[in-house]
Amino acid sequence: MLLSIKNLTVNFNGDDRKITAVRGVDIDIARGETMALVGESGSGKSVTALAAMGLLPTSAEISGQVSLDAKTMPLGDENRMKKIRGDRMAMIFQEPMTSLNPVYTVGSQIIEPMMIHSGLDRRTAAEVALELMEKTGISDPGRRFNSYPHELSGGQRQRAMIAMALACRPDLLIADEPTTALDVTIEAQIMRLLRDLQQEFDMAVLLITHDLNLAAKNSTRIKVMTNGEIVEAGETAEVFRAPQHPYTRKLLASVPGEKPLRTREATTILTARNLCCHFPIKKNIFGRARGVLKAVDRINLSLGRGETLGVVGESGSGKTTMAMALLRLIKSRGDITFKDADLATMSAAELIRARRHLQVVFQDPFSSLSPRMTVAKIVGEGLKVHRIGRNKKERQTLIARVLLRVGLTPDMADRFPHEFSGGERQRIAIARALVLEPKIIILDEPTSALDMTIQARIIDLLLELQAEMDLSYIFISHDLRTIRAMADRVMVMHQGRVVEEGGREIFTAPRHNYTRELFAAAFDV
Amino acid sequence: MTGSRPDSLRRRRWRRFKKNRRGYCSFLLFMFLFVLCLGAEVISNDHPIVVRYQGHTYFPIVQACPETTFGGEFATETEYSGRFFRQQMKKPGNWAIYPPNRHGYDSINFADSRPVPSPPGNGNILGTDDRGRDVLARLIYGFRVSVLFGLALTLVGTMLGIAAGAIQGYFGGKIDLFCQRFIEIWAAMPELYLLIIFAAIFKPSIVLLLIILSLFGWMGLSDYVRAEFLKSRNLDYVTAARALGVGNVTIMWRHLLPNGMTPVITFLPFRMSGAILALTSLDFLGLGVPPPTPSLGELLAQGKANIEAWWLSLSTFIVLVGMLVLLIFIGEALRDAFDPRKV
Repeated sequence: MLLSIKNLTVNFNGDDRKITAVRGVDIDIARGETMALVGESGSGKSVTALAAMGLLPTSAEISGQVSLDAKTMPLGDENRMKKIRGDRMAMIFQEPMTSLNPVYTVGSQIIEPMMIHSGLDRRTAAEVALELMEKTGISDPGRRFNSYPHELSGGQRQRAMIAMALACRPDLLIADEPTTALDVTIEAQIMRLLRDLQQEFDMAVLLITHDLNLAAKNSTRIKVMTNGEIVEAGETAEVFRAPQHPYTRKLLASVPGEKPLRTREATTILTARNLCCHFPIKKNIFGRARGVLKAVDRINLSLGRGETLGVVGESGSGKTTMAMALLRLIKSRGDITFKDADLATMSAAELIRARRHLQVVFQDPFSSLSPRMTVAKIVGEGLKVHRIGRNKKERQTLIARVLLRVGLTPDMADRFPHEFSGGERQRIAIARALVLEPKIIILDEPTSALDMTIQARIIDLLLELQAEMDLSYIFISHDLRTIRAMADRVMVMHQGRVVEEGGREIFTAPRHNYTRELFAAAFDV
Repeated sequence: MTGSRPDSLRRRRWRRFKKNRRGYCSFLLFMFLFVLCLGAEVISNDHPIVVRYQGHTYFPIVQACPETTFGGEFATETEYSGRFFRQQMKKPGNWAIYPPNRHGYDSINFADSRPVPSPPGNGNILGTDDRGRDVLARLIYGFRVSVLFGLALTLVGTMLGIAAGAIQGYFGGKIDLFCQRFIEIWAAMPELYLLIIFAAIFKPSIVLLLIILSLFGWMGLSDYVRAEFLKSRNLDYVTAARALGVGNVTIMWRHLLPNGMTPVITFLPFRMSGAILALTSLDFLGLGVPPPTPSLGELLAQGKANIEAWWLSLSTFIVLVGMLVLLIFIGEALRDAFDPRKV
């Protein structure tokens, strides 16, 4: 065994209590093997990896044994660990923007470990680095060598990170959510790259991820972690075929299914014609725009009553901008018609009245709730604005009812957002929209920040509410699985434009090249 | 959601503030001194608190009692430290309760025959100043004036700063650009010269000082508030509020302000010590409050003029330094309690 972790336990001393992040974890990885460590956020998978690398803060209490090539690692001895880290074992992180230092060029960051560990001089190290960058598929490595991280796209940055990690030809690579921050098409490329490099270097890879799909396709063995413990381990194929532990079963069951086809024809409630949002990019000294960013470019859409329109696209495709334009929260050109009234030309007072029927739920449940307001105030704010409910008591009843409806309890009304988990917060955000009894809710990636099991429950809730209240949704997501579970019709966006639009047949027979590429990446990495 | 309810952010911060022993003790001590000096009239006054004379009760501390009230000849205010009043009080059935320190801030101790400023003793615990007034009394009243002035200046400056910062940060764009340039020009005005000019034109008074210092005291804070508002105005919860149809003022007041208060509260004690110091310096230079208002700066100036009268400068120095140190300790504790990295 190359890496062997035995009975690893990690405790953190909080303000007034002890938190056990990892308890009694055993992991063995052989050379050339890929092991997936799967779990939801807070399950202790990243802490396990950081402990093995000796990267935990000194406040952590670590017990257990970590050995590399049958030699016990000097976890407490920072000086000796430094020699091992980056040389024999390396790590790549989730967020390529923050894990590269913004003030150094990419090249100098790649050659740094080689100069420290292999004792190469700058010139030879640069040669090796260029070779590595070529291997990791960075386009035009000669130029990129002297680029700064912000000049690279997310995928390119992650490639640079990989080149940096592989600089000293490590025996073990720990990849902590290596593709979570990337678009699906890029994700597929990065995973393929990792597989190729693994074979070439005969590395062991510990793949840490929350994405079951990714683990299924890229690992030979898998360990499932929850609450700091490993609850299931085995051959990947075997675990997916016949999961033993109830948690694994729950996790597998939360992969979203498919929505049944709608049969009845819907009356149109919202249409947009030629919707454009153009932003001037650079201005010359006279304040004239020299270029225009077409964030949303001539989009037409229509939404029927009780229908869900799925909007798919990678980051930067203009999905969110389009939603903000539909809500009249940013300036746009084009016609937006809501129930025969033109939103674009409405007076301010009419617009406020119309806002009651057009609500929105955002992606990040942490930033979408005001941290200093109680749940009752957050949910009740809209009621006050639109003067729903004659008095405070009546409003309280309405708030209690909507909280119950989204699966919370009325006694949660006077708590603050930070007392809730991500899923519960998202329910509060849904309650805030729902309490106004809107006709349309725009859901901007409402499940992307949530764990798998929670995602499934939120989707179920949204579907139930739709059936019950005849709501129309515009469901924006980069995740095609959730789109398939939610949408009746799908709109594929790319660089501000709609490249393909259609019913559910789009999943089986995509016409446009880009759609095909996107679906291929999402469904069969 | 089982188990005990986690505390709100405010309560956690309060708890962390209390954990800082030095800051918390400073806070308690300062509040104690502040409350005490609010009742300065009862602590240090040449007027008795209660007088019982021939079956009638008088409160000279709040009411004017001419000497005729106590059987004297003059219709002017009684001289309570005079021989006549003391003799009247010695008669059976008459009595008077005096404050612990029997001097007002502008009453002159005529009983002391030594040249002024006279050293401690002879009824003046901390001696007298160069006009024969009790130094302790002037320190107590001077402390009150300083703290109240500091509070008022901090309050006005903070409100101006929040308003200016909020408008700049929330609306951004051209308004922001214009306000920023205005602040740059405004900040370049020579404050001290303006004060000297104004002191020459108008009769100096506390209100005038408050207005002029307020006009120049809000810029630093507005930058911090502006940054907080700029940062938060694009957060999802603000967008959500706009989607609900909430108006601009309500969004600023209810959503952004509570989240932008951290720099404001953290700066309060430091701003207050700055304000107190500003008043003291102006008084020291003779540009501050008009006489006979008790003021620490004026006492310091006297100490400089009468360098051998150590009781003037030393006692004022101790009061001033003590007050500023307390405020700074409080400020440090607040800053730690509000540190977002520790939340």
